[in-house]
Amino acid sequence: MDRLVPTPSLGVIPERDSGKPLILDIHGLGIDFGGLHAVEDFTLLIGRTEIAGLIGPNGAGKTTVFNLITNVYQPTRGVILFDGIDTRGKRPDEVSRMGIARTFQNIRLFKDMTVLDNVLVGMHNQIPYSMLSAFLHLPSYHRKEKEAREKAMDLLGIFDMQHMAKWQAGSLPYGAQRRLEIVRALATDPKLLLLDEPAAGMNPAETAELMENIRNIRDRFQIAVLLIEHDMSLVMGICEGIAVLNYGKIIAKGSPEDIKNNPTVIEAYLGKQED
Amino acid sequence: MEQLKKKFHLGKTNREKIFTFGIVLLFFAVIEILRGTGNLSNLLKGQLVPICAYVVMALSLNLTVGILGELSLGHAGFVSVGAFTGIVTATLLKPVVPQTWLVLLISIVAGGLTAGIIGFLIGIPVLRLRGDYLAIVTLAFGEIVKSLITNLYIGVDAKGLHFSFINDNLNLLEGGKKIIAGPMGASGFPKISTFLAGILLILFVLYFLYRLLGSKMGRAIKAMRDNSIAAEAVGIHLTRFKLTAFTMSAFIAGMAGTLFALNFASLSATKFNVDMSILLLVFVVLGGLGNLRGSIIAAGVLTVLPEMLRSLRDYRMLAYSIVLIAIMLLTNNQRLMQWWTQTKKDAKKWFAKIRKAKDGGEA
Ligand SMILES: Nc1ncnc2c1ncn2[C@@H]1O[C@H](COP(=O)(O)OP(=O)(O)OP(=O)(O)O)[C@@H](O)[C@H]1O
Ligand SMILES: [Mg+2]
Repeated sequence: MDRLVPTPSLGVIPERDSGKPLILDIHGLGIDFGGLHAVEDFTLLIGRTEIAGLIGPNGAGKTTVFNLITNVYQPTRGVILFDGIDTRGKRPDEVSRMGIARTFQNIRLFKDMTVLDNVLVGMHNQIPYSMLSAFLHLPSYHRKEKEAREKAMDLLGIFDMQHMAKWQAGSLPYGAQRRLEIVRALATDPKLLLLDEPAAGMNPAETAELMENIRNIRDRFQIAVLLIEHDMSLVMGICEGIAVLNYGKIIAKGSPEDIKNNPTVIEAYLGKQED
Repeated sequence: MEQLKKKFHLGKTNREKIFTFGIVLLFFAVIEILRGTGNLSNLLKGQLVPICAYVVMALSLNLTVGILGELSLGHAGFVSVGAFTGIVTATLLKPVVPQTWLVLLISIVAGGLTAGIIGFLIGIPVLRLRGDYLAIVTLAFGEIVKSLITNLYIGVDAKGLHFSFINDNLNLLEGGKKIIAGPMGASGFPKISTFLAGILLILFVLYFLYRLLGSKMGRAIKAMRDNSIAAEAVGIHLTRFKLTAFTMSAFIAGMAGTLFALNFASLSATKFNVDMSILLLVFVVLGGLGNLRGSIIAAGVLTVLPEMLRSLRDYRMLAYSIVLIAIMLLTNNQRLMQWWTQTKKDAKKWFAKIRKAKDGGEA
């Protein structure tokens, strides 16, 4: 893991990513739900191959940040630059095509479809045949479908899920559903992967394996990962930079070491100690 | 590699497709044999084209309701648009095009195109919205189409087509011909639909839908129905695919409308009312949402049934409901399906055992 170094705009990113354009550059982001400032003055920089963590107590606004980055919500204030491009006003599907992929805290698979088809839907925009060749079953249709299936099987291989390809996604065990969501997100060929509590409901052994997998994914695809997680062993184990959110505001940023020893963070998590 | 090919190429879905095409062809063969041997009742003879038309309408609605997952309560409106477009087209073409089949083909395409364009125009504002707005709008659409056509007068003479609305002042020249006469409906148009054309249309639509479902677009549409938020998150443009599927659905409904219309001597727009839309919905729901074969069977059986049951007199409605329930059980019942697959598995095992015993005996 690289040392974190400051960027010109005063954020920190891993040393190997410095000098390259940032993958995500968020400034002063905020959203209100009625009177509630769900997220306020949120600023975050992420390097091109960084694994970053977003943590905080329940209801802090972490998932809301993901919904803002993917334009499911339109921000009330602030700017999001993805790979240098302002994402304001784009539809969620356009943001996905720009290279941001995500998983959902409350799993959202295509339940009635097979595991393989779930991945193939993720690859939709990478399968280049015309509808005419699909209707006439021209050679290009067969070739591209075959290539897509092979690539989908390859992606399922990341989590050793090839044997489940024909299973109905809704019938998978919980952990496998979470892993399939990650595979489907990867299938969109992203530059930034957002994982919302990927280890939720997993046992320590599964979590350890997931950690290894996330690192492998980053190494293999050379992408950035931003993950929300309550499991501190995972967050401290793989994240290079961590941001802590409380009541919609960032209360601390830094390396796992910095965060572990930060009194404000400890207070936010444990509540103020009465003496 | 070989394994992959086997796995994905001639799987269960392909067998199911072949089976569905088989049912349609079998139906065609049986009817033709009955006709050839003179055993086809007049009652059934008159029902042949309507059966095909209703089957196509059910398939079309299944695309919207079952596959896309949007509710359409005015599908008869698209059928109606197709029907009257087809009537006008056929009337105009009949004197100039000698081949009847060509007249029919062009009319069906014209009916489909008009309905498709209208479906597209309705879809643009409505399918952007989330929620069941399509149901409300299509319900209104069906009624509007009905009253528009009931007040529409179209005639043709040497100078071309004449339109008029509400009042019958077409001012046709000598030798001119009224095609649509407001509340009186259309009459005197060529009666050129045939059973063969109906079967071909079913086969074409089935082929089209299966190819759609087997493509990336079909996957995207199904994904949208399953979970639209996730579909959008993986880069599926929701409005675009909804609009495409709905337009295709309207197009198919329009083609069915022309086929249906050109089977009669006269036709009034009131035939395409809410009752018809609901009837189509019943076909789709009974046959199973997204289940093409189910739609075919439900539409086919439920179109002939009321006529067949006439002889039962008072027990007609009772028998009708029993059949409804039977279809529902046959096409939608999970347990029955499981039982069937289990039985098939058991039978296979049993055969394998027998074969083994036989081979063992011979060796
Ligand atoms: N669409 C919405 N409308 C109104 N309030 C919302 C909406 N979405 C989120 N909130 C509120 O914003 C706050 C932050 O919610 P969010 O889901 O982002 O928290 P979180 O940090 O992801 O929590 P958890 O760890 O429990 O997942 C909560 O108070 C929530 O009730
Ligand atoms: Mg959350």
